[in-house]
Amino acid sequence: MAQGCVYALVALGFVLIYKATETVNFAQGDLMMLGAFFALTGATVLGLPYWFTIAFAIAVMALVGMLLERVVLRPVLGYPAFTVVMVTIGAGFVLRGVVTMIPGWGTETYALATPFADKVIRFGGVIVAEQQLAVIGHTALLCLGLYLFFRFTRVGIAMQASSQNQLAAYYMGIPVRRINMLIWGLSAGIAAIGGILLAPATFVHSNMGFIGLKAFPAAVVGGFGSVPGAIVGGLIIGVVEALAGFYMAEGFKDVAAYVVVLLVLMVKPSGIFGETVAKKV
Amino acid sequence: MRFLFKTAYDQDLRLFRHRGQVFWYGLLALVLLAAPWWASEYVMSQLHFIGIYSIVGLGMMLLVGFTGQISLGHAAFLAVGAYTETLLQAAGWPFWLSLPCAALLSAAVGIIVGLPALRLKGIYLAIATLAFGVIVEEILARWESLTGGNSGKHVKAIELFGAKLDGDADFYYLVLALTALCCIALANLLRSPTGRAFVAIRDSEISASCMGVNLAKYKTLSFALSAALTGIGGALYAHKVSFISPEQFTLLVSIELVTIVILGGVGSIHGAVFGAAFIIVLPQLISIAKDYLPAGVAGAAGLQSTVFGLVLIAFIIFEPMGLYGRWLKIRTWFELFPFYRRGMFRRQKTYMKSERLR
Repeated sequence: MAQGCVYALVALGFVLIYKATETVNFAQGDLMMLGAFFALTGATVLGLPYWFTIAFAIAVMALVGMLLERVVLRPVLGYPAFTVVMVTIGAGFVLRGVVTMIPGWGTETYALATPFADKVIRFGGVIVAEQQLAVIGHTALLCLGLYLFFRFTRVGIAMQASSQNQLAAYYMGIPVRRINMLIWGLSAGIAAIGGILLAPATFVHSNMGFIGLKAFPAAVVGGFGSVPGAIVGGLIIGVVEALAGFYMAEGFKDVAAYVVVLLVLMVKPSGIFGETVAKKV
Repeated sequence: MRFLFKTAYDQDLRLFRHRGQVFWYGLLALVLLAAPWWASEYVMSQLHFIGIYSIVGLGMMLLVGFTGQISLGHAAFLAVGAYTETLLQAAGWPFWLSLPCAALLSAAVGIIVGLPALRLKGIYLAIATLAFGVIVEEILARWESLTGGNSGKHVKAIELFGAKLDGDADFYYLVLALTALCCIALANLLRSPTGRAFVAIRDSEISASCMGVNLAKYKTLSFALSAALTGIGGALYAHKVSFISPEQFTLLVSIELVTIVILGGVGSIHGAVFGAAFIIVLPQLISIAKDYLPAGVAGAAGLQSTVFGLVLIAFIIFEPMGLYGRWLKIRTWFELFPFYRRGMFRRQKTYMKSERLR
């Protein structure tokens, strides 16, 4: 379940960018890795307390996300979808490589200290690790925050408009390009939270971004263009993976997510919450 | 500059446009045939890899560049080809029989993957193929009785018609012959109605189906042919490295294969070969450049992936037509000497490209 929440967060990042800019960001997992590294720097080098660390990582990652959009993705705006995907794959490669070059980060594995480590809570007879509860709690809070943001703020509504129809939004006086940049910032910030939440489970290292590939199935299962779908998809993938690891032969755990996504794609290609719109000529 | 006057419809269909092309390709063939005499052992080894990657690149080009389908799971076809070849060779089959079998089995797997492709488009197809690639990789690692699992498998040297091909030059001629064959086969395919149907599907599925192209048939065919070419490449790859294990067929390899097509130039046979050569030469260039970089950067494990990513981004932003496009531009500049203008190859940008709201 907690693992599923992390998938859900990464998938949320995918979906936000996809909805707003029609781009699939293959570098989302690497953004998450970068976020975890910034959190690490905040906690160890700057000596910030836990909550400030999160805020610091989110802020820095939001900047990185916006920078990425401006430098790398703005020039390829309007190119075929696959070209843009390749650009994000390239960006992912660069991020992963650059991290190994920065002194103090490198290729080693680090542990990120959290206030929840190794504590357990008892609900009647059930023992739950506080860390996992924290992950679920963070995700729920974030979802609530995002919902309020999209529902009630000017920028949020502008983002919704631009994701529904960029051209119409542009005619309505919404600065679509700046909105795109903000969306990238937002999604990078979410990635940072995902990275911080994942850090206690997998530790911080330069290849933790590969979990982003597991979040793809999550996004697809839920339907690529749907925010609640991403959350539900992430949870489904997390639960399926846990069950497969528990009940089936070794090895099934790693591919369970992909088997599920193939099945979903064959049965209902647009996902559970996806909108099915046939292409009109 | 050469002016071509078209006086017959056949001229559009010819393999060579004019005599000059025959001459230059002939010269290229001669230089390549003489490679064992001018190339060092190291260069020969690189040429092997370039040939193998060119064949795989042709497969990718057929699918991505000409049919417009996306695949992030081609390493799986490579693996199927490599493992089939290894197992059949171990069972004592002759090479001339095991290679076509590797290609056929890859094609069969390609058809299986192609079937969902009929319903999926764009990014969903990419993710479906990605999922397929990961599953195949996992199967290879787990099916230990057949594949040897993560400890890998050794590959025998090729025996062709009783003679053992173990020298560099022998293997080089085999790879060269197969690469040339695949190039000519693909060029011929693209001249045929089948190839035209592929290109029509790439340009617009709706208009293609309105013109009577059977989408299901041709998409599956494209997947099968592409997988078959990749399977041949995989079989040769197995012989070249003489040891295969599942780690050689990961998602990163699939991405690398797509990069061949993007770097070389989407939609041209030359592009596949250029891209393959570039992908092989790039790591060598990086290792040469390492001597001139500060120690902190040069020693980093991620240097290669950083350069790889930067090159990929730079190509897409500054040269979307790839290496072959650059070559075309340079040639056009010389042909039209004082009259070349910067905007001649500019692509029209479309700003509103929603797949949902069209």
